[in-house]
Amino acid sequence: MSILVIAEHDNAELKGATLNTIAAAKAVGGDIDVLVAGSGCGAVAEAAAKVEGVSKVLVADNAAYEHQLAENVAKLVGDLGKNYSHIMAPATTTGKNMLPRAAALLDVQPISDIIAVESPDTFKRPIYAGNVIATVQSSDAIKVASVRTTAFDPVAAEGGSAAVETVDIVDDAAVSKFVGEELAESDRPELTAARVVISGGRGMQNGENFEMLNKVADKLGAAVGASRAAVDAGFVPNDMQVGQTGKIVAPDLYIAVGISGAIQHLAGMKDSKVIVAINKDEEAPIFSVADYGLVADLFDAVPELEAKL
Amino acid sequence: MKVLVAVKRVVDYNVKVRPKADGSDVDIANVKMSINPFCEIAVEEAVRLKEKGVVSEIVAVSMGPKQCQEQIRTALALGADRGIQVETDAELQPLAVAKCLKAIVEKEEPQLVILGKQSIDGDNNQTGQMLAALTGMGQGTFASEVNVEEGSVKVTREIDGGLQTVELQLPAVVTTDLRLNEPRYASLPNIMKAKKKPLDVTNPDELGVDIAPRTKTLKVEPPAERQAGIKVGDVAELVEKLKNEAKVI
Ligand SMILES: Cc1cc2nc3c(=O)[nH]c(=O)nc-3n(C[C@H](O)[C@H](O)[C@H](O)COP(=O)(O)OP(=O)(O)OC[C@H]3O[C@@H](n4cnc5c(N)ncnc54)[C@H](O)[C@@H]3O)c2cc1C
Ligand SMILES: Cc1cc2nc3c(=O)[nH]c(=O)nc-3n(C[C@H](O)[C@H](O)[C@H](O)COP(=O)(O)OP(=O)(O)OC[C@H]3O[C@@H](n4cnc5c(N)ncnc54)[C@H](O)[C@@H]3O)c2cc1C
Repeated sequence: MSILVIAEHDNAELKGATLNTIAAAKAVGGDIDVLVAGSGCGAVAEAAAKVEGVSKVLVADNAAYEHQLAENVAKLVGDLGKNYSHIMAPATTTGKNMLPRAAALLDVQPISDIIAVESPDTFKRPIYAGNVIATVQSSDAIKVASVRTTAFDPVAAEGGSAAVETVDIVDDAAVSKFVGEELAESDRPELTAARVVISGGRGMQNGENFEMLNKVADKLGAAVGASRAAVDAGFVPNDMQVGQTGKIVAPDLYIAVGISGAIQHLAGMKDSKVIVAINKDEEAPIFSVADYGLVADLFDAVPELEAKL
Repeated sequence: MKVLVAVKRVVDYNVKVRPKADGSDVDIANVKMSINPFCEIAVEEAVRLKEKGVVSEIVAVSMGPKQCQEQIRTALALGADRGIQVETDAELQPLAVAKCLKAIVEKEEPQLVILGKQSIDGDNNQTGQMLAALTGMGQGTFASEVNVEEGSVKVTREIDGGLQTVELQLPAVVTTDLRLNEPRYASLPNIMKAKKKPLDVTNPDELGVDIAPRTKTLKVEPPAERQAGIKVGDVAELVEKLKNEAKVI
C-alpha cells in the first residue's frame, strides 16, 4: 500500500494538522508520501522531510498553488493520486474544500472526517452531529479520506529523513482567482490544537465581554472559542465557532461559559478530556456532559476564576 | 441568469438521532423531516439575487424518494420558480448526487449552482465540490458573501483562519455557510402559490447516471457516553478540583 498525504501549510510553515493526518496514514500502513503544493514552499518541504514515518516528499512549487485554490490543487492531487492506494488530507477547511474535488476527478466516493482506521478499506466516521458513529467500507480502488485531526495523536515532527522530489506538473484550471483574505491575528494557540479552550455563548451578551474570557485564556495558555449564537450575533468572528458546522476541538480542558449545550455545539467539543460548564440555568443541557458544573452568573464567576488562577 | 439550487430532505436539526438496537442503521422512522438548513440558506440567497434583479429564474432540485417533493415545495414557497425531482428510493451518495446534478446542469445551463456546504445528516461536505469537479466549474465553498459581477462571481469564504475571497468565472458552484443570510419564513399565500408551480419528475436512469453506492455502512453505533459529572459549589472548589483531581491546570 502507498499513501499520499496532502500537507497543510501556509507556504512558510508545515501545520500541525499534517502530523495528525500522517498518524492516520500510519494506522492504514504502507509507504507514506507527503505532497507539498504551494509557492515558495521549500521550507515546508524540508520540514515535511523530517517528520517521522515519511518515505518521500513531493514538492509542487508554482504560483498556481500559492493560495491552495481547490480548482488547481485538486487537479494535481488527481494526477498524482492515480499511483496510490490512499489519499488523505486533514479535515480542515482547506482539506474539505479540495479533497472531494480531487476524489470526483478520480471517480471515487470520498470518506469524510474519519476518526478511526479499522482496516485499509474500512473507517469510522461520525454522522448526525456525532450522535451516531458509522463504520464505512469503501469499494473504490483508491480510498480518499479526510481525517478528523483530534482523533489521531500527531506523529513526531522530527526523526525522519525523507527524500524530497520536485513535481513539475502545473495544473492551472484558470477558472478561479484569489482576491484577498482577512486572517485573525492572535498570539494565542490555535483553537484546534490548544490544550485548553474557553468558549463563550450568547450569555456573554456582547463582544467586549469576551475580554473576560481572554484574560482567563492568557493565564491558562488557552484558545478562545464561541458558540454559533455568539458568532451569529456578531460578538466574535466566524473562525471561533466550535461545533458540528464549525471547528472540532478536543482539548484537555474545555470551559463553556454562557453556552446552553445544543447538540450542534456538543458535536464540536464533547471529546474534550475535561469539560467545565458555567451557566446560570441549572437545567442547561451543557451540564449533562460537564465533569464540573458551576451554576452561577458568569459575570461573577469568570472574573473570580481569573483572580484565583 | 438562471440559478439552480439543490435542496435536501433531512432529519430536522432538533431531532437527536439514534442507531437502531441491531446497529444496522439509524432509527429515523416517524421523525420530523425538514429541508437541510444550509439548503434553506441556498434558496434564500437565490431569491435575494432575484430580488436584486441579477437572477431571472430559480430552479430547485432534490434527489430522493417521493417525499422530497415536500422540500421542493418549501423552496418554491420561499421563491423558487420551478422544481425538479430526481426520484429514487435507493441510497444516494454524494458522488451519485453530484453526477445527477451534472446531468441537470447540462440540460438547464444555469450560470450559478448553489448548494448547502453540508447536510446535517450525512455531514459529508462533498457534493458541491464534486459537482464543480465534474462540470469543470470554479467553486466558492463555505460562502458568507456572494457578489455576482459581469461574467464572474466574488465569493467570501469562511475558512479556519478567518475569511478568504475568491473570484470565479461563471458558471460557478457556490456552497453556503451559516452567515450568508438569514432565511425568511414562507408566507401562507406563497405556500398556496407554491402548490401550483411546475415540478418535473425524472430519475437517475433517464439522466443516464449510475448511482450504485461505492461505500457500504457496515454498522452504526452510539458514540462513547460521557460519565455524568458533579456540580461544584463555587469558583474556589472548581479551581481546587481542576488542580488536584483533574490535574488539568
Ligand atoms: C444547521 C445548524 C448548524 C449549527 N451549527 C452549530 C455549531 O457548529 N456550533 C454551535 O455552537 N451551534 C450550532 N448551531 C446552533 C445551535 O443549535 C444553538 O442554537 C447554539 O449552539 C446556541 O448557542 P448558545 O448556547 O450560546 O446560546 P443559547 O442556547 O441561547 O444559550 C445561552 C446560555 O447562556 C446562559 N446564560 C445567559 N446569561 C448568563 C449569565 N449571565 N451567566 C451564566 N449563564 C448565562 C443561559 O442560561 C443559556 O444556557 C447550529 C444550528 C443549526 C440549525
Ligand atoms: C446508515 C445510513 C444509511 C443511509 N441510508 C440512506 C438511504 O437509504 N437513502 C438515502 O437517500 N440516503 C441514505 N443515507 C444518507 C446518505 O448516505 C447521505 O445523506 C448521502 O451520502 C449524501 O451526503 P450528504 O448529504 O451528507 O452530502 P453533503 O455533501 O454534505 O451535501 C451538501 C449539499 O449537497 C446537496 N445535496 C446532497 N444530497 C442531495 C439530494 N439528495 N438532493 C438534493 N441536494 C442534495 C444539498 O445542497 C446539500 O446541502 C444514509 C446514511 C447513513 C449514515
